[in-house]
Amino acid sequence: MKLTPELIIFGMLAGMAALSAVGVVAFKNAVRSALCLVFTFFILGFLYFALHMEMLGITQIVVYTGAIMVLFLFVIMLLNLGASHVLEEKSDPKKVVGLTFGVALAVLLASQIVPILIKVQAPKAMPQFGSPQVIGSILFTDYVYPFEAVSVLLLLGIVGSVLLAKRRLS
Amino acid sequence: MDWLRSLDPTLQDVLAALGRAILAIIPVFAPVPFIIWYERRLLSWMQDRIGPNRTGNITFSRTSKMIPSFLKGKKFKLFGLAQSIADGIKLFTKEDIMPTKTDKFLFILGPLIALFVALTLGGTIPWSGDRRFTPVADINVGLLYVMAISSLGAYGLVLAGYSSNNKYSLLGALRASAQLISYELAMGVSLAAMVMVTGSLKMTEIVAAQEGPLLGFIGFLPNWNIFTPFGLVSGFIFLICIFAETNRPPFDLAEAENELVAGYHTEYSTKRWGLFMMAEYMAMFTFSMVFSTVFLGGYHLPLRWEAIGMDFMTSIENSYLGGLSVMMLKGVVGLTLYIWVRATYPRFRYDQLMNLGWKFLLPVATGNLIVTATWIMITKVYGAAPGWMFSFGLYAVAVAVFVLLRSKKSTQYLDTRSVDMINQPARRTVDLVESKPEEVPA
Repeated sequence: MKLTPELIIFGMLAGMAALSAVGVVAFKNAVRSALCLVFTFFILGFLYFALHMEMLGITQIVVYTGAIMVLFLFVIMLLNLGASHVLEEKSDPKKVVGLTFGVALAVLLASQIVPILIKVQAPKAMPQFGSPQVIGSILFTDYVYPFEAVSVLLLLGIVGSVLLAKRRLS
Repeated sequence: MDWLRSLDPTLQDVLAALGRAILAIIPVFAPVPFIIWYERRLLSWMQDRIGPNRTGNITFSRTSKMIPSFLKGKKFKLFGLAQSIADGIKLFTKEDIMPTKTDKFLFILGPLIALFVALTLGGTIPWSGDRRFTPVADINVGLLYVMAISSLGAYGLVLAGYSSNNKYSLLGALRASAQLISYELAMGVSLAAMVMVTGSLKMTEIVAAQEGPLLGFIGFLPNWNIFTPFGLVSGFIFLICIFAETNRPPFDLAEAENELVAGYHTEYSTKRWGLFMMAEYMAMFTFSMVFSTVFLGGYHLPLRWEAIGMDFMTSIENSYLGGLSVMMLKGVVGLTLYIWVRATYPRFRYDQLMNLGWKFLLPVATGNLIVTATWIMITKVYGAAPGWMFSFGLYAVAVAVFVLLRSKKSTQYLDTRSVDMINQPARRTVDLVESKPEEVPA
């Protein structure tokens, strides 16, 4: 296996993403966990850049890092959630069972994915694959009905939330 | 330079990218002391004060034997330019105070994120026509990159406010994040209209699209987006939004002194406070650059030199230093506007801020987007004249609808129906008072 610059960059990014993903569940402070999630999403965007998918990477950063996680953090700060000291048990059977199931799931997935991935050397998309022009034209020709359906769904969500918030308290 | 060419091509690319990154950071980083001095002096002039005008002046003695004779009694004026440098030295050598109950890691991280955002924001802006030097990365999502990075700016303020463990800081941070999220929408929609006009998200292509004759027939003026009706509306909205994104007056609710001490940076002092200030000024400057790239033709001057027979100016503009100076000039114009607005307008109230963002800027930007799309479609199908007629008709309809919606009756209707977070508690208490029997006088 040759050590190419792409591989080094991938290794660094993937390592950081995996570490911060572990941090999401490892930290007890909710703000720290949310920040780890932010960092994971941010690094995922860079992984897409490394695969020459600028559009997807930027969308990842705009939508997840820039919008959704700011709202998450906003809510966590508004509720002022600190570290939880109450919910700690010394011997918890859930931990053992959960660990067993988790390892089993990881082995199952790895057995399907790793044999395929191990042959891949420096995956790279075609030059125009995933550029804004291509995505736009496909979105507005082949996938125009799903696209419109999704937009109606989002509109329903907005109208519903306004309806819930508008209800007078009297 | 031959040894550079003998290197591995990948390493050459990496070195070139590093060089471009340094060239993109220096023009933003170096003028910061000058920008601060400029703001203080201009603001003083507008407020009929003097401002910092004498730090760094040197007057040599008339009588001392240590002074050479040609310097005796000479005065050297720096017009107070050294004031910012003196302030910087003071900030970096002061005792570093961190309150005890802060979240230390996040407390340090906050200003660093703000600085990161300010420095990387200009990554896709072309500073000149010379593609060897700028932009750092001419990716085909350049404008989206600016949106993405500026949306990260909320984290710096939010983390600073949260980690300070101070209620005023937290309130400032909450205000900042709500404000940034609200104004990002209008900013995105206003930029989307310009992307449709240009047909590309690449910053270099947005600049190139503004080189043609104005509206296709006025030969001596370039087709700057701000000169077209769609661009004028978009540019106006984008300008307001960048004021809000950089937390500058009249949108500086996150650090409203008379309500929140100093908002999100109440607990900050010394270097970290200095980093926040530097990040703010650099973000101001870079956003001015984004504005001039998208709306003011980038590194070009507002004349088409080929049309008036001055071709040599084109090559000057396309050289690195020429383009850089034009961009700097536009940046200074943008900064002047920032300072002018700061001297003119008082700070908004919070509900005014939200109303402006959601009820004025977003609908106007969306209307502009629809008119622009219609104009492009009709011009492509039927030609230019029907396109212009139709788009102006649509603008008239949009203005009529807007006036109708803003008329007194409908405003009252909307007010009673809308979710007004500020007024709701008051209404609730009124209901309570009414339901009580009036036996107990207050």
